[in-house]
Amino acid sequence: MRRYFARKLLVYVLTFVFAVTVNWLIPRFMPGDPVSAMISRARVSQPEAVEHMRAYYNELFGFDRPVWEQYLHFWSSLLQGDFGISIWVFPQPVSEIILGALPYTLALMIPAILLSWFVGNWLGALAARRKVLDNTVLPAGYLLTAMPYMWIAVLLAWVFGARAGWFPVSGGYSLDIEPSWSWIFFTDALHHWVLPFLSMFLVALGGWAIGMRNMIIYELEADHSSYLAALGAPQRLIRRYAFRNAVLPQITGLALQLGVLVAGALVTEIVFNYPGLGSLILAAIQNRDFFLLQGTFLFIVIGVLIANFVIDLVYVIVDPRTRTGMAGGQS
Amino acid sequence: MNAMPPLGEPASEPVATAQPASDAGPPLASGAAEPSAPLSPTRETLHYALRNPKLLIGLAVVLVLLLTGLFGPLLLDGPDPNAYSGAQAVGPSGEHWFGTTTFGQDVFAQFVYGLRATFLVGVIGGGIAAVIAMLVGFFAGYRGGVLDEVLTMLTNIVLVIPSLAVLLIVNAYLGVRSVPVQGLFIGLTSWPWAARAIRAQTFSLRTRDFVDLARLSGSRTWKIIFREIAPNMSSYLFMTFILLFGGSILIASSLDFIGLGPTDSVSLGLMLQSAQQWSALQLGLWWWFVPPGVGITAVVGALYVANVGLDEVFNPKLRES
Amino acid sequence: MTLTVDDLRVHYRTLRGDVRALDGVSFFVDDGEILGLVGESGCGKTTLGKSLIRMDGRMRHVGGTVTLDGDDVPVGDDRAMNAFRFRRISLVPQYSMSAMNPTRRIGRMIRELLASRGASVDTAELHRRLALVGLKPEVLDRYPIELSGGMKQRTVMVISTLLDPSLLVADEVTSALDVSNQKAVAHALVGLRDQGLVTSMVFITHDLALTSHIADTIMVMYAGLLAEKAPANILTSAPRHPYTRRLLAALPEAGVRRSEGRLSGIEGSPPSLLSPPAGCRFRDRCPLADDRCAEQPPVVEVAPRHHVACWKV
Repeated sequence: MRRYFARKLLVYVLTFVFAVTVNWLIPRFMPGDPVSAMISRARVSQPEAVEHMRAYYNELFGFDRPVWEQYLHFWSSLLQGDFGISIWVFPQPVSEIILGALPYTLALMIPAILLSWFVGNWLGALAARRKVLDNTVLPAGYLLTAMPYMWIAVLLAWVFGARAGWFPVSGGYSLDIEPSWSWIFFTDALHHWVLPFLSMFLVALGGWAIGMRNMIIYELEADHSSYLAALGAPQRLIRRYAFRNAVLPQITGLALQLGVLVAGALVTEIVFNYPGLGSLILAAIQNRDFFLLQGTFLFIVIGVLIANFVIDLVYVIVDPRTRTGMAGGQS
Repeated sequence: MNAMPPLGEPASEPVATAQPASDAGPPLASGAAEPSAPLSPTRETLHYALRNPKLLIGLAVVLVLLLTGLFGPLLLDGPDPNAYSGAQAVGPSGEHWFGTTTFGQDVFAQFVYGLRATFLVGVIGGGIAAVIAMLVGFFAGYRGGVLDEVLTMLTNIVLVIPSLAVLLIVNAYLGVRSVPVQGLFIGLTSWPWAARAIRAQTFSLRTRDFVDLARLSGSRTWKIIFREIAPNMSSYLFMTFILLFGGSILIASSLDFIGLGPTDSVSLGLMLQSAQQWSALQLGLWWWFVPPGVGITAVVGALYVANVGLDEVFNPKLRES
Repeated sequence: MTLTVDDLRVHYRTLRGDVRALDGVSFFVDDGEILGLVGESGCGKTTLGKSLIRMDGRMRHVGGTVTLDGDDVPVGDDRAMNAFRFRRISLVPQYSMSAMNPTRRIGRMIRELLASRGASVDTAELHRRLALVGLKPEVLDRYPIELSGGMKQRTVMVISTLLDPSLLVADEVTSALDVSNQKAVAHALVGLRDQGLVTSMVFITHDLALTSHIADTIMVMYAGLLAEKAPANILTSAPRHPYTRRLLAALPEAGVRRSEGRLSGIEGSPPSLLSPPAGCRFRDRCPLADDRCAEQPPVVEVAPRHHVACWKV
């Protein structure tokens, strides 16, 4: 088990190094000067302020120093939590802006991911049992997984927001309310949360249901199921065993799907103008705020790595083979 | 945006079953109940293929959309799908089948050109990803050892990083002007799950008799891989490609939607983006945002369904019942 | 008389029509007898084994009866068969290596399986039986993946015989093992019978030489029909059916077993069972065939307990 975790951690550390390096490298391949490109978009009119900004960013990129020094400098400021200063909302630090948006993204993603996983697996297991359900769950599942996240979001916003008027279709809370720890703010935020949550939940749901159904059917045809049946074990026991075995790859699947789910959350936020990381990315791109974009990128990578590690922990608890030092869970 | 389709890797274990009877010698140990005089494998596959509704319906939908994308533009009046051709924000009519945008652009014209871009990005992105996945998967699975360790480590690293996030950075800094460049970047980031799957399949094939035989007769590694191993998992590779194809389309549509799409083309994702940007929702111009979404969903969904059909055709275990 | 099979017919449904995998087979197995069932791939031996415990989805019971200790065995009725499975008829499958659920400790799986059949575990007895096949009680705390192939095979043998069935079907249990393990497993099976844990046994294999070491009686099948059935020593020393003779001749030397003692040394292949030809089915490959063989030969008892289906005996 120690070896299992050591390997996993090594992959995560290397992944982080790789991500940071990509983050450092890409701007240096950019045609033209990133600093000028950024400043040309900044909404600052005084020439001195512009000059001040130019000096600041030139210092930050450090193009006049040797490449290795630039790289080390990048790492050292990163490890101090310095992601640079935003242009879009100059001079607020990028890390502050991101931390302000993070709760909204997490409040959207975590429930959507977990609930879709549980409900999807449950539906898939039901579908594997009943022909009628199979004929409805399966096509619906394929339809849902084939839908782009933002499109289902647009459809929901149109039907339940614009047409029916049941839910607001823009923002994380009403414009006339200030974020605070009050009941009024909470219910208002919840009201805004429903549609973005629902659209993420629905798209992810289909994939889990299909995956679970296929895995269970595969397990029911496996030798160990045939053996139980040959010894006259009741269907109930055979299905229970098959379900347990089928859940394991679904947990690994959750780790593999994280990137997709994060991407889904980002575009969903953009549709609903939800004040999370997705909207930050959109703003960063529209304002050519590269520091904000890169900071968000690193936050997402770190978040995905942490989530992966949590899933690894869960997997070790659920799959006994990893604990006995056997090659149970594939990395 | 589905880097790895949530349907899982091509279902179950195709190699064990989709395996043509190429092992030398009589299959005495199998205890199979079916007697001799079988149909040829190709004819048998075709037999099932022509009777599989999922495969046929899926392919038909893909084909109709592909033909629409290929020949639709020829039916249009002008060469520019973004031309301001008529009345602004009118609903579907005989003149404008899918209505017009707030600027008076014909939605149908954008749609047929958008379909082209969708298929193109799927072919390029899926194709590049498939090639990388095969190279990595074959060599890691066949050679094993240190090479396998290194390639598997690399695969796992790229697998963990959310590919859309990387594409955001790359596209934002470098800019993407055309659909092929977009496809290239997508292909470069979306191969890992497929490489893992192919590696596992190769691993199980490399100890088979016919591979041993080729090795003993002195064939070189790449020759064994492309003469012996790849043909024996061709159906699996094909299904993997289909899933990569669909995945590329979804990632591309997300990038387009965020505003990092190709700047010199029309695509279904860009249509959704401009509909969103110019408040089609609030203005009730449903004909602006419904067709592109239907187009993407139909292409990707039909591909997935056809893939399930293919799996049933190639995998005898799934045929009955 | 433990098991009586009378004119059993089982067909496989395929796209090209029904394959008559078992086309009217009759035989009996006595109390305490080990019947070795031999034949080429596709001769119907595996179909016969499956029919006795659990048919798969494509198999159809077309005719004939099976009786066990005087009770009718409803081979075509999957539900009704459950009463017989495990308690009276049990199976050591071909796939023993993967027969146990990979995510359950073996002991727990046994407990849950027995509980589902309304039986409870006698731990001391379970340990005794494991010891009988050379396994330590610790295997119960293991996952299948932690056991070697031979250990898994023996564990499955113990599980399958826990309820002391009248009949044990051992289907190609040795085909996945190397030669030394094959012998050990074969002797362990005989041990189960000698200890009275199972009354009788049907041992299905393609390995005639191995069978001759452990079986009391050997039955040779050809193209869905019985060809010859006789006590093991008689069948190997004085075979009557030309097919049996060729099988024996294909072995390098009587009593000495090749590591690949498979029945591949016979020219030609069995006829298609989709629409089998009239007359003797071995006719095309038989050196003795003449006009008379255009008619199907009946199974005749040529000597006590020696049955042959051939005009030339």
